[in-house]
Amino acid sequence: MEKKIRVLVAKVGLDGHDRGAKVLARFLRDSGFEVIYTGLHRTPQEVAMAAVDEDVDVVGISLHSGAHLALVPKVVNYIREYGGNPDEMLILVGGVIPTDDIVELKKMGVDEVFIPGTPISEIVEFIKKKLPEKRKKK
Amino acid sequence: MTNINEKRKEWEEKCLKPWLQKAGQREEKFETLSGIEVKTVYDPEDIEHIDYIRDIGYPGEFPYTRGVYPNMYRGRLWTMRQFSGFGTAEDTNRRWKMLLEEGETGLSTAFDFPTLMGVDSDDPLADGEVGKVGVAVDTLKDFEILFDGIPLDQVSTSFTINPPAGIILAMYVAIAEKQGVPKEKIRGTIQNDMLKEFHAQNTLVLPPEPSLKIIVDIFEWGIEHVPKFNLISISGYHIREAGSTAVQELAFTIADGMAYVEAAMERGIDIDRLAPQLSFFFNSHNDFFEEIAKFRAARRMWAKIMRDEYGAKNPRSWWLKFHTQTAGCSLTAQQPLNNVVRTTIQAMAAVLGGTQSLHTNSFDEAWALPSEEAVRVALRTQQIIAYESGIPNVVDPLAGSYYVEWLTDKMEKLAWKYIEDIRKMGDGSMLRGVLRGIENGFFVREISDAAARYQREIEEGKRIVVGVNKFTIEEELKIPILKVDPEVQRRQIERLRKVKAERDNEAVKVALDWLRSAAENDENVMPPIMEAVKCYASIGEIMGVLKEVYGTYKKPIII
Repeated sequence: MEKKIRVLVAKVGLDGHDRGAKVLARFLRDSGFEVIYTGLHRTPQEVAMAAVDEDVDVVGISLHSGAHLALVPKVVNYIREYGGNPDEMLILVGGVIPTDDIVELKKMGVDEVFIPGTPISEIVEFIKKKLPEKRKKK
Repeated sequence: MTNINEKRKEWEEKCLKPWLQKAGQREEKFETLSGIEVKTVYDPEDIEHIDYIRDIGYPGEFPYTRGVYPNMYRGRLWTMRQFSGFGTAEDTNRRWKMLLEEGETGLSTAFDFPTLMGVDSDDPLADGEVGKVGVAVDTLKDFEILFDGIPLDQVSTSFTINPPAGIILAMYVAIAEKQGVPKEKIRGTIQNDMLKEFHAQNTLVLPPEPSLKIIVDIFEWGIEHVPKFNLISISGYHIREAGSTAVQELAFTIADGMAYVEAAMERGIDIDRLAPQLSFFFNSHNDFFEEIAKFRAARRMWAKIMRDEYGAKNPRSWWLKFHTQTAGCSLTAQQPLNNVVRTTIQAMAAVLGGTQSLHTNSFDEAWALPSEEAVRVALRTQQIIAYESGIPNVVDPLAGSYYVEWLTDKMEKLAWKYIEDIRKMGDGSMLRGVLRGIENGFFVREISDAAARYQREIEEGKRIVVGVNKFTIEEELKIPILKVDPEVQRRQIERLRKVKAERDNEAVKVALDWLRSAAENDENVMPPIMEAVKCYASIGEIMGVLKEVYGTYKKPIII
């Protein structure tokens, strides 16, 4: 049997808006992924630690706090620091993110940013297509 | 004379049925946004069980279905109150003055996440979040700047703040004193509704029981010291934003309100003294008639509850006054100008539902905090409804609509069912029932399931979101986006350090020790909080003491 893709759905920072994260976690699970949800108010260190410990293929970070440019690169750096390899993972961000910041986040190693209203089927397709592509490039 | 029942059957047979066979219908069945099935047409038979005098009545009279004031907006329009704040106190003060100049009639404060969670700007947890989604406030110093040039005897201010609500109220009182305005005269609202935080909004610091204890402290202190101030805004807004249906929003909000009243009565607070200082806060979503019905049902339910269940004597105590915000979760990032239209429909529902104050969302809010241009359009939306549409000139103009009255009644019945289930969980007590529901995940599960159902309908194309899953275009975002100055955090930390260096640190210590002892000995925490605030103790320091005494809360994970 093919190994299931493991996804960490993470809430980082003080932001409590978890509707998007929870709905996503539910739908990814129903789409055949193995999903770990961090719960609320995690620090970048805690999210990175969970990503490494759980040996996930995808890290999906949800923020509606405007703190994405500060917190997302920290998560990526800590993953590396804790012995994970962000180049072997998909790093995804979802939430209220202005267009200019999407460009910035991609420079920081984020593979894609999903804005409010993105159909979850689109996220599922993205993961299935891009994960093997990214790993092949390596 | 043919009776209506017979006539309807005849119409169904002879008129509707052949028409359907020929022309068909867009859907098998039609539902409200909350999943209540609705018929083709409503007639007097559908509201036969509703008694006009008993169930609808006149505005300003029990059961207030038609509004709390006899002439509603013919007297005074609703308060146009835009939730607003970003960056430092200076940035927000400037935006507030712009809004007041543009015709806003009340202020509403958006705080940043560190302030909302009760941590200071120099806390490691605050890194990257200072001034981002609202204004950064650490000490009274920030409030002095925030309210510079804003006369507290003329304007009312709403504060969306929960765990540190008492601290913010104390700061507002301190500013009033500095301006020479007696605290008995200040008007405004603190949200101070922790129950919905546990259900939905997740600004969580202390566990449920001490959170409630502090809220009741604020009630007890507030009715003595700030008699014109709303001491709580019992909120369905966030429950709805987290994905609930309109019925759940209505039911859980009323249930929370009952829990607060029971908690206050257990403390021995006179319900007729407290009730006028309670207020509510609802969401206004896309389903126009369902929202109007929800507001009308809420008023009727609360009047009955206060009079008949809790024995409030003063008719003033039976009023459900509420603020409305249009539904943030209905805004789309795609084709952002479409949001102006959504917001207009939602705002009209709020006005037709008899709201006391209204926030209209800006069209760019699925992207960022609103730009000046966007917030101006949002405010103008309210002004156009107020001054051009004619809607406010007749009280509750939809009363008597067979559909609206039927739906009002239906929503009330469905909400009562939830309330009775919650009461059962609490063995007859709403207070225990709500606490039990927090503990066993009842509320969170109900809301999560509804959110998932809503998303599934969108995924399956059963629910159309214009510009998102239908009528989509390739577009580049062309709207201006508000950027919060990245220097805000550094400047805010600098100011906090300066305040800490210049204040009387001995006085701060004495006030915080008093607070600790009050908390430990189950005394009212408001007098020491008032003292601490005046000595420029920071929000983080004050919340820190409460966390030491009461412990902190981690929410169980339920997907």
